[in-house]
Amino acid sequence: MKPSPLDYTRASSLDHVVELLANATDETRIIAGGQSLGPLLNLRLASPRRLIDISHIDELRRARIEGTDLAIGPCVTHAQVEDGELPDVTHGLMQHVARGIAYRAVRNRGTIGGSLAHADPAADWIATMAALGARVQLRGCRDERVLEIEELINGPLSTVIAPDEVITSIRVPRLSSGARWGHSKFARKLGDFADSMAIVVVDRDRSFVSGVLARRAEPPARLPRMIAALTAPDLQGAIDDAIDSDLKSLRIEAEDVRLHRAMIRRATREATR
Amino acid sequence: MKTVNVRVNGATYARTIDDRLSLADFVREHCLLTGTHVGCEHGVCGACTLVLNGKPVRSCITLAAAADGADVRTVEGYDGDVVMAAIRRAFNLRHGLQCGFCTPGMLATAYDIVTRLPDAGRERIKAELGGNLCRCTGYLSIVQAIEDVLTEMRGNAGGSAARDQIIANEECMP
Repeated sequence: MKPSPLDYTRASSLDHVVELLANATDETRIIAGGQSLGPLLNLRLASPRRLIDISHIDELRRARIEGTDLAIGPCVTHAQVEDGELPDVTHGLMQHVARGIAYRAVRNRGTIGGSLAHADPAADWIATMAALGARVQLRGCRDERVLEIEELINGPLSTVIAPDEVITSIRVPRLSSGARWGHSKFARKLGDFADSMAIVVVDRDRSFVSGVLARRAEPPARLPRMIAALTAPDLQGAIDDAIDSDLKSLRIEAEDVRLHRAMIRRATREATR
Repeated sequence: MKTVNVRVNGATYARTIDDRLSLADFVREHCLLTGTHVGCEHGVCGACTLVLNGKPVRSCITLAAAADGADVRTVEGYDGDVVMAAIRRAFNLRHGLQCGFCTPGMLATAYDIVTRLPDAGRERIKAELGGNLCRCTGYLSIVQAIEDVLTEMRGNAGGSAARDQIIANEECMP
């Protein structure tokens, strides 16, 4: 046994989770698939006294259309997305991203909600959800709130989720039929976290254009000048300059600039082809 | 402490365990099934890969308590399984194992590839094996072994027996 002593409780419903979270402190952690928390427990980089397992709650393992959103339960696994078990509201972007997360044995247990709550900046879902304009619904003991990805993430491995809160759904807006996306990820090893990953979504019917760059140690960054260039038709020729200008304002180390530039250009090209 | 009931290779094991016990340590130390190997113990090497409710998972970063009520299949649980028999034969012929430490995990992943991706080619097999590290055999012979099984299954009568086995597995999945 490698983890510090802990007390494990399997929650039977969302109400049960909220009940268990009453008076929760930093010593309490929610666990779903445990593919990020498990290694941290074994290495004793995390040593919570109490684990609440939400992965057996059926209502958190489903996804359904709600209005113009796909509401994804936090315990939906990467493998479920990879296998196309969810309604495809992103023209295959989520399925494409899921396929590149770690390995099948990890994807069989790892969950979307767990990935967002763990908030590794180089992980796939944070940047993807930011690029899609997804929102995260949280439930605490007293109230509920809905946050944009930027509001959720404080920084690397840090979120604003309170000790007594749990993610209840991830709401992904449906892309319109003419929408396009581009995704470009660089990792030295297959399935690894990205050294650099760019995602661009162009949905003109919804007046929605977004571009996100994910890196190892920083929260995902928006690319405002690139988005402005994509939005204004007469600026199309200036996209490469806009990308360079965005990279300059992110104060990226000189040796990394070329990699990030290549990822953003590839994703942009794919989304505008 | 918790009392859990886990079905392993068809037998139910009721054991009182520490909450922090991993599923890998559960099958090794509480079920005395030591075929599941523990390597890196943080989900990187894939040696501990076993089948939980029909799907390959890392047993070193899965808590045994989380597997209460679940169905587990370890490398010891494939008696009479013609798909695994074909995989083992191919590993033997192709020299797909040397020291054998990574082999239980390799077999679990190979079984998943053969049953889930019947059309996989060499590149896909390599990609799917990306989560299983081997330090002595060399990956080439492992990839070739899996390729052989897939070719055999796509081609001849041995393949139809293997397909029957896959259907039988799906029917008894929880």
